[in-house]
Amino acid sequence: MIDQVVLLPVIMPLLGAGLCLVLGRSAAAQRLVSVIVLALVVAVAGFLLHRADTVGPQSVDVGGWPAGIGISLVADRLSALLLLVSAVVTLCVLLYSLGQGVAEYGRATPLSVFHPTFLVLSAGVSNAFLSADLFNLFVGFEILLVSSYVLITLGGTDARVRAGTIYIVVSLLSSVLFLVAIACVYAACGTVNFAELALRMPDVALPVQHVLQLLLLSVFAIKAAVFPMSAWLPDSYPTAPAPVTAVFAGLLTKVGVYAIIRTQTLIFPDSGMNDLLMWAAILTMLIGILGAVAQSDIKRLLSFTLVSHIGYMLLGVAVGTELGLTGSIFYVAHHITVQTTLFLVAGLIEYRSGTTSLDKLGGLARAAPVLAVMFFVPAMNLAGIPPLSGFLGKLALVQATADLSGFLPALAIGVAIATSLLTLWAVAKAWNRAFWQPAPEESVDRDHTDSLHGHGRPAAGDLRTSDIVEAVEDTRLPRSMAVPTLLLVVVGLALTVLAGPLFALTERAAAETLDRSPYVETVLGSER
Amino acid sequence: MSPSLTLVLLVGVLVACGVTLILERSLSRILVGFVLLGNAVNILLLLVSGPAGAPPIVGLSDDEMADPLPQAMALTAIVITLGTTAFGLALAYRAWQLRGTDDVQDDVEDDLIRRRAERDEVSSTFEEAAPGAVPDEEGADQ
Repeated sequence: MIDQVVLLPVIMPLLGAGLCLVLGRSAAAQRLVSVIVLALVVAVAGFLLHRADTVGPQSVDVGGWPAGIGISLVADRLSALLLLVSAVVTLCVLLYSLGQGVAEYGRATPLSVFHPTFLVLSAGVSNAFLSADLFNLFVGFEILLVSSYVLITLGGTDARVRAGTIYIVVSLLSSVLFLVAIACVYAACGTVNFAELALRMPDVALPVQHVLQLLLLSVFAIKAAVFPMSAWLPDSYPTAPAPVTAVFAGLLTKVGVYAIIRTQTLIFPDSGMNDLLMWAAILTMLIGILGAVAQSDIKRLLSFTLVSHIGYMLLGVAVGTELGLTGSIFYVAHHITVQTTLFLVAGLIEYRSGTTSLDKLGGLARAAPVLAVMFFVPAMNLAGIPPLSGFLGKLALVQATADLSGFLPALAIGVAIATSLLTLWAVAKAWNRAFWQPAPEESVDRDHTDSLHGHGRPAAGDLRTSDIVEAVEDTRLPRSMAVPTLLLVVVGLALTVLAGPLFALTERAAAETLDRSPYVETVLGSER
Repeated sequence: MSPSLTLVLLVGVLVACGVTLILERSLSRILVGFVLLGNAVNILLLLVSGPAGAPPIVGLSDDEMADPLPQAMALTAIVITLGTTAFGLALAYRAWQLRGTDDVQDDVEDDLIRRRAERDEVSSTFEEAAPGAVPDEEGADQ
């Protein structure tokens, strides 16, 4: 009976979404329902993690249909840990959006859509993390994608429609590719259940295995924004409202990374693709960060660092050892928190100054010292300054890579360290320009910009921020937005303080994932 | 099991047409392409379910049953395709409302960087010292 708890993280947000739609006319009731539901999801995720760690993987066959025919949901250490981190982050972002709500969305926008869609997104993320078969994973992806389509085009302004179109077309294509992959897997193995696939895949001819693996990897690489399938992300993320970008940056790409970890370790454990993955990781890190240092807008800069740091997580998977996987899982948990915090802070900067362009910002450290601290701590964490959790994750990954010998791992280590340094450069530059140096004088800046970039630059800036600037009259930070951000900063620091137990947990998760038998036995053993 | 050649060809043709349409600029054409691709995948799912058989209900017939699982998947896929297509059409209509066209636009920043590259200028983030007071190239020559 206690197994049924595994269903709750998926079902509760969906029910909450329905309730929110019914309560569409009362903003207060909607807020209350959303907060309660997501707080419950956090509690359930914590319980699941505890059970998964002490008792073993928890699984449930939905509707009593046995695994292989019906839908199974499984919470092992890996799933439960990511579920917990994502639930905490989602809750904080929701609290933040409550504070921002009135100022950003204005009267003309149908506010009632936001809460139900946000809850559906959360259900989709939970479903993807817990799913025990490929097709249910696809459904989870679709749930979160469709709600993300709505969120990214919220308000339907010109800039958001443009950005949303790119995002939607890329996602549609990856969905179709995913279905093709599922059909091919079914044709080869006669099942889409992860556990059964793990048992049957070794019997499939090697070339067919490689085709299936490449198909699945390309699908997940699009979702996770791995180079060369990463170009859509910096194009589409920065235009959305701050809480939406934050939750996308924190969760959606990580769901792709999770899917890569799950399929690589469970279905294709001794694949010949590790070199390919390592090349992808190296290029993702390098191209992403080179993009980031060239940006002059904080949100775009953060989007590029997001792409770049996906490379770190991929690196651990490519190494494939227990330590490598431990590093990856730890890094995913760290990165979800830190990246979301930074995007929320970017939203606060936008709220405070009406822009996130580094050309126009300045002097924020004096004007808003709390904001400065809230940017500085996660930014240093992202760059990997000791003793913060970003440093620990990178250290584990580099150590794991150093255990391998050969040219490629050596190159990967070099690139990983260079990326870390360049990240530091990028965020330090943002810190200097936005917070440290005095604000540029408006007239000089405008003339200068005009002469330098022709008519393009101001138009771009105006397009992106026009709908927010009007709303900003009182530029003091509202406590309702600052507190959730501060909460996430604290969570990020807690990951550092609790790094010992957390690292031990991710180590157990990696061992369990690599062992495969607990997962397979839980899914298939429950009815046989 | 040997798959039906007709269905394989049909999938191939649908995918080819779908990909061609997706490469277009106009969002409505992209969506038509997506619908074609979606149908191709549904037929692919039908294809992998093996030969046709009796209805998959126990006790109805003694003949070999059809595999019901891919049918359930195809059904789910059809519903999802329907939903996303509807959303895409609404988006195309909104784009047309705003701009008079539903062509997918280039990224604003990309465009900017391309224009800068043509004029051989560096990124604006490289003027570290005292913005506004930095000499331009003519100034540096003096």
